[in-house]
Amino acid sequence: MNTPLIEFKNITKRFGEQTVLDRVNLKIYEGEVTTIIGLSGSGKSVLLKHIIGLLKPDEGTILLRGKPIHDMKKTELTEAMSKISYMFQSNALFGSMTVYENIALPLQENTSLKKNEIHKRVMARIEQTELIEAARKYPSELSGGMQKRAALARALITDPHVVLFDEPTTGQDPVRKNAILSMIAQYQKKFNFTAVMVSHEIPDVYFISNRILALYDKTIVFEGTPEELGNFNHPFNDEVIRSLEGLQKELTGLYSRRQFKVLHHTQLQSRKTDNGYCILVMNLSDMDKIYSYLGYDKAQETIHSMGIYIDKHFGAIGGFSTRRKSNEIVTVLPFSNMEETQNILNEFIEDFQKGEISDIWVDAQNQAPAHQCIDFSIKVGMAEGKPFDEIESVIHFAKSHQKEIGRLRCAVKE
Amino acid sequence: MSFNEGRQKNFQSPNSFYLFVTRPFAFTGRTVITWINSIGAATIFLILALLKTFHPKQFQKVIQQIYYIGARSTTIIMLVSLFTGMVLGLQSYHALVQFGAQGSLGTLVSLSLIRELGPVLTAIMITARAGSAITAEIGVQRISEQIDALETMRIDPFRYLVTPRITAAIISFPLLTTVFDLIGIIGGYISSVALMGLNAGVYAHSIQSYVDMEDLTNGFVKSVVFAVIVATVCCYQGYFVHMREDSKGAKAVGLATTSAVVISCVLILVSDYVVTSLLMV
Repeated sequence: MNTPLIEFKNITKRFGEQTVLDRVNLKIYEGEVTTIIGLSGSGKSVLLKHIIGLLKPDEGTILLRGKPIHDMKKTELTEAMSKISYMFQSNALFGSMTVYENIALPLQENTSLKKNEIHKRVMARIEQTELIEAARKYPSELSGGMQKRAALARALITDPHVVLFDEPTTGQDPVRKNAILSMIAQYQKKFNFTAVMVSHEIPDVYFISNRILALYDKTIVFEGTPEELGNFNHPFNDEVIRSLEGLQKELTGLYSRRQFKVLHHTQLQSRKTDNGYCILVMNLSDMDKIYSYLGYDKAQETIHSMGIYIDKHFGAIGGFSTRRKSNEIVTVLPFSNMEETQNILNEFIEDFQKGEISDIWVDAQNQAPAHQCIDFSIKVGMAEGKPFDEIESVIHFAKSHQKEIGRLRCAVKE
Repeated sequence: MSFNEGRQKNFQSPNSFYLFVTRPFAFTGRTVITWINSIGAATIFLILALLKTFHPKQFQKVIQQIYYIGARSTTIIMLVSLFTGMVLGLQSYHALVQFGAQGSLGTLVSLSLIRELGPVLTAIMITARAGSAITAEIGVQRISEQIDALETMRIDPFRYLVTPRITAAIISFPLLTTVFDLIGIIGGYISSVALMGLNAGVYAHSIQSYVDMEDLTNGFVKSVVFAVIVATVCCYQGYFVHMREDSKGAKAVGLATTSAVVISCVLILVSDYVVTSLLMV
């Protein structure tokens, strides 16, 4: 693998007699989304502040592109650090400045750009983060989600190569949490920066993260992909992951991927009979249009609502579901055949289209530009599996046979 | 066990007795060391801030701070100085008239104001109005991570927050002291001439005869010294509010603001004596 962009070697940090980080080793690679997970107060933010230089380690070395930062010249270090942005947990917006002034500040203070050029760049970021109406407002006049977007816009205004996110979803409801994570994922792809995020939003962060670092008992106990974390055998899994996953189930009605695997094993693979089961793979397509016309909050509300409707219809007959991608939900119906599944699916789609999604669709129509039509479609693939079949192959089969089962069509606006 | 019995028992142990004797010295030593450390830290703080005075992007910020510290304090300074001058004129008139020396009233009022009361009261009033606001503002920015945010944006918090305030104070204090002196002298005129019937020409002549440029210069020197003290103490208290050991968060900001005002006022009076002594040599 390439040289890590950032590397920690045996980093120890103490505050007085209390050791917060104890010989931490980690690697962060360029162009990836790396998420540091762990319980509150475990030192995640402290770790992040070492990367940007707000805190200095008591022991150990931090390397940037393989070079220890303590060996760097001041100008070299300043140059390297100027490519890193930090989004604070509390947003740290200046209360006496408007959103526009907050976003413009790094350019006004650190560059010799002309006023017009600064205005152009700031307005571009304001538009991208859907803050046009809030541009002249003060942070205290904004909602929590808008403040997060303002903080993100400020962090991105200098076109950084690395953005550090310190618990970006703190204090947000489940829909907004996912909206903010989707926003980060979208921007990361759009601007191609390296994202390092501190979060305990499990499993939501798995969908946007390339790598997960688990901080437990003052040190990093796991580095790897979200999939690898599922097979990680460590007390961290019992104490941290399961407690956070339990909370997710209560909020969305969907299981985590790990819980899904366990249920699959206990309900299907340990069966003594050879009775089959059904799998549904559902996708809400045209997510980009939903993001563009309705924003991240509404998009997540749609997916969240879809999860709740799935649980309502399929959970009643013993089905269990998980979210595999941001817009994909997989449901296993352990006791149903294809015919029964099809009947319930019809009821589900009718109910879902009449329910919350129709309001969201109406909003989208109102906000869409003239002469432009926005359709939402739901695709579903069904497959029948046997207890000893590999679940991944059954899911793959279902996905490859997806058909559109519902579409909210629109008329072109005049 | 009564208090005295307990104390006697404690004295039986040589270790306790040793502690009883040495504790006051240890306390005094610690306090003195803390004070020396703080003075050293504040001096370095001031030097670092002054080094960044001539940064190209400072001008607008300094003008803004002159408006907050200086222009917006003008009304209160005028009000205080008017009544200070009036009461000074009134009291002095009654005292001087007993010796038939009321002709020196203008000299007494103007020299008192220009040499002492003007710089000192102006500094104290600005401390109360703007100094406390400086500490609270910087303190809130510190506890809400806004200063950390500046660092992550590669904006030097010293240059951005501290330098403009110290520079603006150095410019504003002498100007406001001038306003204080002038309005105070007018106040003295109102009470002694308009109310007590002293001859206006005598009042004006006594000022003209005995106030010279050195008095004005000394007053301005004092006001600059007070500006440096007040701005440094207030910025320092706010900037390091997170390092207070007695409290954290909003309470720490409140305590820092109180400390800033109290320390500034004490230092104004102490330094007034020191500067006066030096100027008289």
